[in-house]
Amino acid sequence: MTVKNRSKFAVDAESFRVQLAGKSGPAYWRSLDELAQSDAFREYVENEFPDQAAAPADALTRRNFLQVMGATLALAGVSGGCARQPNEKIYPYVKAPEEVVPGKPLYFASAHVEGGYGKGILVESHMGRPTKVEGLPGHPATDGATDAHMQASILDLYDPDRSQSVMHRGELSTWDRCVVDMNGVLDTLRPRGGEGVHLLTGTVTSPSQARMLSRLLGSYPNARWHQYEPMSRDNVREGIRRALGDTLEVIYHFDRADRIVTLDADIFSEGPANIRHMLDYASRRSVIDGARGNHPGGADGDSDGDHAVHTPPLNRMYAVECTPTLAGASADHRLSIRPGQMNAVAQGLAAAIGVDGASASVDDSESIRTWIAAAATDLAAHRGRGIVIAGENQPPEIHALAYAMNDLLGNVGSTVTTVATPEARPVNQLESLRDLVADLNADRVELLLILGQNPVYATPADLDFAAAVQRAKTVAQLGRYLDETSDYAHWHVPELHPLETWGDVRAYDGSVLLIQPLIAPLYGGKSTLEFISALVDDAERSAHDIVQANWRSAGADSWQIALSQGFIEDPGAAWSGGEVSFPAAQRSGRTAPRPAGTDAVDDGDGFDICFRPDPTVGDGSYCNNAWMQELPKSLTKVTWDNAVYISPVTAGALGLENEDRVRVTYRERSVEGAVWKQPGHPQNSITVHFGYGRPAAGKVGRDMGFNAYSIWTSDTAGFGRGARIEAIGGKYALACTEGHYAMENRGLVRHFSQETFNGSEHPAELVTHGEHHEFHTAGEDETLFRADWQEWHGNKWGMTIDLNKCVGCNACITACQSENIIPCVGKTEVRKGREMHWIRLDRYYTTGSTWHSYLPMAGESESVLENPNVYFQPLPCMQCENAPCEVVCPVGATQHSREGLNDMVYNRCIGTRYCSNNCPYKVRRFNFFNYSKTPLGSRGDRVTRANINWTHKNPESLKPMRNPDVTVRGRGVMEKCTYCVQRINLQRIEDKKNGRVMYDESEAAGPVDRLQTACQQACPTRAITFGNLNDPESAVAVSARSPRNYGILTELNTRPRTTYLARLTNPNPELDGVVGS
Amino acid sequence: MFEPLRESWRNGSPLQWNRVYDLPDFAYFNHSIHVNKGIGCSTCHGEIHKMPLTRKAVSLRMSWCVACHKDPAPHLRPLEDVYNMDWKPARNQRELGEQFIEERNIQVAQLINCSICHR
Repeated sequence: MTVKNRSKFAVDAESFRVQLAGKSGPAYWRSLDELAQSDAFREYVENEFPDQAAAPADALTRRNFLQVMGATLALAGVSGGCARQPNEKIYPYVKAPEEVVPGKPLYFASAHVEGGYGKGILVESHMGRPTKVEGLPGHPATDGATDAHMQASILDLYDPDRSQSVMHRGELSTWDRCVVDMNGVLDTLRPRGGEGVHLLTGTVTSPSQARMLSRLLGSYPNARWHQYEPMSRDNVREGIRRALGDTLEVIYHFDRADRIVTLDADIFSEGPANIRHMLDYASRRSVIDGARGNHPGGADGDSDGDHAVHTPPLNRMYAVECTPTLAGASADHRLSIRPGQMNAVAQGLAAAIGVDGASASVDDSESIRTWIAAAATDLAAHRGRGIVIAGENQPPEIHALAYAMNDLLGNVGSTVTTVATPEARPVNQLESLRDLVADLNADRVELLLILGQNPVYATPADLDFAAAVQRAKTVAQLGRYLDETSDYAHWHVPELHPLETWGDVRAYDGSVLLIQPLIAPLYGGKSTLEFISALVDDAERSAHDIVQANWRSAGADSWQIALSQGFIEDPGAAWSGGEVSFPAAQRSGRTAPRPAGTDAVDDGDGFDICFRPDPTVGDGSYCNNAWMQELPKSLTKVTWDNAVYISPVTAGALGLENEDRVRVTYRERSVEGAVWKQPGHPQNSITVHFGYGRPAAGKVGRDMGFNAYSIWTSDTAGFGRGARIEAIGGKYALACTEGHYAMENRGLVRHFSQETFNGSEHPAELVTHGEHHEFHTAGEDETLFRADWQEWHGNKWGMTIDLNKCVGCNACITACQSENIIPCVGKTEVRKGREMHWIRLDRYYTTGSTWHSYLPMAGESESVLENPNVYFQPLPCMQCENAPCEVVCPVGATQHSREGLNDMVYNRCIGTRYCSNNCPYKVRRFNFFNYSKTPLGSRGDRVTRANINWTHKNPESLKPMRNPDVTVRGRGVMEKCTYCVQRINLQRIEDKKNGRVMYDESEAAGPVDRLQTACQQACPTRAITFGNLNDPESAVAVSARSPRNYGILTELNTRPRTTYLARLTNPNPELDGVVGS
Repeated sequence: MFEPLRESWRNGSPLQWNRVYDLPDFAYFNHSIHVNKGIGCSTCHGEIHKMPLTRKAVSLRMSWCVACHKDPAPHLRPLEDVYNMDWKPARNQRELGEQFIEERNIQVAQLINCSICHR
């Protein structure tokens, strides 16, 4: 039996029209094929275990059968069976470091740096090896939570593809020679005040870096410092400057906001405060459920018999957006518009609120006007308790407009506040880059120092940086990889990972984070601080000395206290770098306002095109990170690639199918990629993601997808108009997981409007049976299983996941991958449905019943595809009490523990996969190959013997990253979520040593001691609760008693320990039946 | 006899010990909980103070581990005897052991769960 290629499902637009017209499609669906119930989908579902089928590479002949068997027998003889273990040595410390106890981890506070801004982290270290990143409790930017990028940063540290030595014109060289050469050039330029010296960095918030740069520019006053981040916050900076005349950092307090309107703002993914946004947003989606009658009151205190008691009341979010984002998925109302319409919608909203100068556009459709009016009324009714926020890729006008609306609504000062910018020298970064390119092209650049950036890859195509940079006399690059820019750099110096060096950085709120190293540099290299020090100091100073000197000069608290706390919340001006001055030439610059993107060239019938950072690999900086590559993008579920995302309706009109190769042409430049139809995407527009198509990433990310930078122009803000799309024939295989582990439409996600829920006589029944789910729920006694373990009075582990809070950010998946050393399998294996993630994030669309069309050209069925409701459901192992997997294992490799865990014993498993076949939730994962030995893959492929080369043989560097408390699984072994049994065991042992029998959450204190599963600890919305169900006071027991609680597929009498809390929506009654979710 | 130790201190290179008690990598053993609940050193390591050359005193096979996990009473000592290499079971060891199980909250039924040692 061969594996059917399920990614090649073909659905013609006609078939889902027919399905929708007859209303026979499922109410909840994951893919268009499921919606249309296409033949391919039926075949996939009915072919019971499609991912389990092994396809032999070659037909097995008698001759090669004998060869294979011969080799197997020979090996069996060599290894001598399993009688003895290999001899091992023990190497103790000669002089043991302080506090290191073998087997016990230590935790160090440090910082994760992204886009120049910091987020506080707490790093777990085993015997000097950092193994896991957690959020830093108490730090405003994280408060103990993480996002997927922070989790994945640990893999970047150990990446064997990192550059490992100083290179000079492609030859190995040394740091000393590099310093001599650079200082030689500087000396010749010194008489001219350093004219011709150019420095390119990312956004700089680090006080120490600012101080060093200030010294460098002090010595060379005519040198120029350029800052450029590919995903720059120019729009944000410029917008606030227009509104207030000063560059400030705007802070949004979603915990205080009753009403939120996002204008293409993906508040959960973009910006340095995204985790804070998720924490705060979810705090207003937190519902403390009480029994009926016990807790009167509720939302706005307006109804008597409320079951849901929430203080403060549920928020309500309106999202206006082009490319579907996480914010839109969570919103109560989502308006899907073409990017070109955004200005009109924002103006309309501002006009309705009463902002001077805003004009309501006349050509909006009736339903858009209704929508805007309702949102405006709602905002006005919640003065001082609302937020209007514009997205980073919207032009400055929209940001200024949003601020004006907030000002007029009295939100400024309560939900919207400002602080001094944490940036050392805020500039318009695109202009800064433009200046650099102009100087390069005018042959004015003698020495170009590129610190940590990759401008040859990640810059607008029209600037043609690759051509310009060749005109510089000397180019030196400090970078973690030999990347696209390294090809043009005379000198390349390996850059240290933040976990290898000292440093400091500021977070969005201005607090200063200290970066402390967790490990000595793996490959040598320099940090930015040391690099600059080599140019300005007589004797190069270490990063430690530089940071400490800066700290000392500020007269701050004890160094030890600062380090252990990890951050200084309210740094004085001296400490934060506020007093650092730069030569006047640096301040003025040539910072003309950039051309507005909204009014860009419109050549009639072309498509709108949105440029966005990729949801997983970002601007390309996580391109070589296998965890990020294999992480299904939250909404599209595509892995290992970017794609040309278009609306299914547009695809139907153009006759395009998923995976069809197309050419996208924008401003005379074109790029070729594969089409993916994304429900919720506006019509006649295209979204492309940056971060892919890199010729010189490491072996993981090289040549995956297409390079969207190659059609991006410097006058395009986040989007442009006049793009064309044409089929060029052929298919490009994408690895999309949206249809994997399908459980079909069986009442899996449940949700109610707040009103329905509060008004219901028996809300628990509402949830149990749901609107469409009339299932039999088995009673306690209806079982063939032994029930004696149920008398257990010790710990009874359980988990609840609150769908009301989950925003689908993927942090749990990556945290689990890091904690439980889950391998990546590569693109081809993902296409076969063999991804190994223990927790998956199912994304459902629903046709709902209140959708309506608002575009005149769209029929009813089409608007379903244009703006479906989105529901996320994280799905770990259910740890069933009556576990179907256990009874079918012929070797007893999966057993039930007293505490209710569904234990997996790897060393017993012989790989029959019966358990997986019998699991109704499809949460078991099988090691089809020795994934842990070839963990990185190459160009998204699992390494096979045919294409193995020396670079694949050194995953040695990845071994220290593995959590020593978890077994490494080999080929032929089944695995699955364990509820992080290693953490449970450690906590249980501690409890028992202290004489306790049961785990009691109230007594366990401190971030490190508290028992949390990895997914729970990472979750930025606190949607996951885990603990002891036998402790009636525990958080998990409370939420398991909630009337919103339900289990999935409970009609099978599996009695799952993982249960869900139904989502409550908070729609505006005025918009009932208008548009959006 | 201690020259290798001194040598190690002088030149900073660690001593190389041969591992004698080597559990498979998929089995996890925590010393502290055993010591805290009254399992003495010599129960697993034998009369190590009388071994000129260290050897494995017990098989370390799973059946050996599980025998004690199923019925720890014969091996439980008064806590002050944990480090006593010459400890011998008392005459009324069964009775005493059951008493220790009670006193120390040892949940015997749980001890043979797979995930107690395998994870």
